[in-house]
Amino acid sequence: MSEDAEVKIDVRGLTMAYDDFIVMHDVDFKVQQGDIFIIMGGSGCGKSTLLRHLVGLMAPKVGEIYYGKTKFDVTDVRLRNVILRRFGVLFQGGALWSSMTLAENVALPLELYTELSATEIDEIVRYKLALVGLAGAGTRYPAELSGGMRKRAGLARAMALDPDILFFDEPSAGLDPVSSRRLDELILELSASLKTTVVVVTHELASIFAIGNNGIFLDAESRTCVAQGSPEWMLNYCEHPNVQQFLSRGKQV
Amino acid sequence: MNQESEKLGWKRTDGTIVVSVCGTWNVRDGRPEVEGNLQRLLAEGGVVKKVILKDAGIGAWDSALPVFLREVIRFCETRGIEYDLSGLPLGVARLLQLAVLAPKVVLPPIVPHTFLEKVGLLTLFVTCRFHGALAFMGEVSVAFLRVFTGRGVFRGRDFLVLIEDCGARALPIVGLISFLVGLIMAFVGAVQLSMFGADIYVANLVGIAMVREMGAMMCAMVMAGRTGAAFAAQIGSMKVTEEIDALRTAGISPMEFLVLPRMVALSLMMPILCVFADLIGILGGMVVSLAMLDVTVVQYVHQTAEAIDVLSFMLGIIKSSVFGIIIAGSGCLRGMQCGDSSSAVGDAATSAVVTSITLIIVADAIFAVTFNVLKI
Ligand SMILES: Nc1ncnc2c1ncn2[C@@H]1O[C@H](COP(=O)(O)OP(=O)(O)OP(=O)(O)O)[C@@H](O)[C@H]1O
Ligand SMILES: [Mg+2]
Repeated sequence: MSEDAEVKIDVRGLTMAYDDFIVMHDVDFKVQQGDIFIIMGGSGCGKSTLLRHLVGLMAPKVGEIYYGKTKFDVTDVRLRNVILRRFGVLFQGGALWSSMTLAENVALPLELYTELSATEIDEIVRYKLALVGLAGAGTRYPAELSGGMRKRAGLARAMALDPDILFFDEPSAGLDPVSSRRLDELILELSASLKTTVVVVTHELASIFAIGNNGIFLDAESRTCVAQGSPEWMLNYCEHPNVQQFLSRGKQV
Repeated sequence: MNQESEKLGWKRTDGTIVVSVCGTWNVRDGRPEVEGNLQRLLAEGGVVKKVILKDAGIGAWDSALPVFLREVIRFCETRGIEYDLSGLPLGVARLLQLAVLAPKVVLPPIVPHTFLEKVGLLTLFVTCRFHGALAFMGEVSVAFLRVFTGRGVFRGRDFLVLIEDCGARALPIVGLISFLVGLIMAFVGAVQLSMFGADIYVANLVGIAMVREMGAMMCAMVMAGRTGAAFAAQIGSMKVTEEIDALRTAGISPMEFLVLPRMVALSLMMPILCVFADLIGILGGMVVSLAMLDVTVVQYVHQTAEAIDVLSFMLGIIKSSVFGIIIAGSGCLRGMQCGDSSSAVGDAATSAVVTSITLIIVADAIFAVTFNVLKI
């Protein structure tokens, strides 16, 4: 992580709140191009909420979020759509559009934002579904799939437009160990070959250490970010007891 | 009480209370008295420094034992008395430890509101809803302009499915209801008018009522219950499952993608349904007249044609289109305002029906007054 690598996301003094309830305050971090950035923290500490801020679904109470040099202003619809078009988002529950088949789910962003012909789109859709291990399931509706399959289909949709930045909310929750390994490999591959920046919320220690090269730890007690750096660095050098407890599965205190 | 005395022995010696625990502990057996017993021993006078719990032959136990112990611990802690659990089976102590050590969750505090606060919150809620409705109308208009000028997202396939659902699929129920309404009106009319020998005017009664009022009204009622509620439930559940968020992050406006097609589809289909309802209602009236009165088909049809003019017919059609916009609008609005849980989806559907029926009646009253002033 050299200092002059291009900064993709720059969060400054972010305070997140639902009405009066402050979830996190004074969160500062930078994500560089090609990073696999892990957002860690205990259940309910506000990871999904942070992700909702990053993708513009919620506006910061205090603080700013910059993408490159542009400030992300949620109220500016046009700017927002320009920025959003370079994102891919995987929601915690998959959030597939239930009235469309898997193939249509993946195809919709392509239909809207590219000039590709129907056959070209079809080819891309097949490829993306195959990447997540769902080849041949394109004609199924989301309701006909298992939770893990929906998650993977959501991943295929998030990758449809080959986005600059991918946001994953607990991608491996609900996946078996083999699929979650494959997912880790896929994420590493995307970041290595396509230079995609990936922001991942996850609890899986195995994948945290396997893929993450940068990250932050959100602490539920102090309601702020208490550590920033790669997961290995945090494990070896960060003294904060909660970080140590999290990264060593609560064994040492 | 008997069981309790088997399980627990309470003894006081100077500054300590010894509780000996024995027997089987099962949650189904009920809860032994803790506070009372301890209070009684405390009341014997003098200072109690310590409560010791002893294993006097504990058999099988389940959650009943830890729950009992927690009560003892709470009693001791609030009074600053020491307690000693070391004499109990290890498993119990470990479970108690886990319950104590588990990190507390941070949740927004729930504060009970005073009456004034409730009034204030309700006022804020109502104004917020009102603002929401205004903003919704604005956003729908913007979405309409964008789609109309070709800059918005509009999926033809979805639109056709909606057209089918609001149109063809609604025909049977709309037909049934309007047939019955025509029947009822003719029946009531026939009894009254035949007293004056004015049998044939049943045709006027049914024809004019159907065309000016009841056709549009009955369509609106059926569609509010059928389609308006469905819109609210569809959009509401999409909100719960984060599908709306997924649309937003894909840069797709839910207004253009979900709301606009529904509004356009319903406001296009309502006039057609209304024409259908008018015809079927008149048919219903005719069936009763033929059966009860001394009129023929030709007479009835002729009389109906005389009674209705194009203007009244058009008034009904215009009204039904407005009702369509109201129904689809309230359905989608309530869907978009839906909360984050499955019960909120039910509330959204209910609220959609209530809102649309109220607005329909209000709109109909406005129409009635306006037509009256304009003398049409
Ligand atoms: N819509 C909401 N309104 C009010 N409070 C909310 C809402 N959504 C979440 N919260 C609160 O915000 C906090 C953070 O929630 P969030 O969903 O971000 O947690 P998380 O870190 O993603 O947890 P998990 O790992 O379990 O998914 C929680 O305490 C939760 O109670
Ligand atoms: Mg979450």
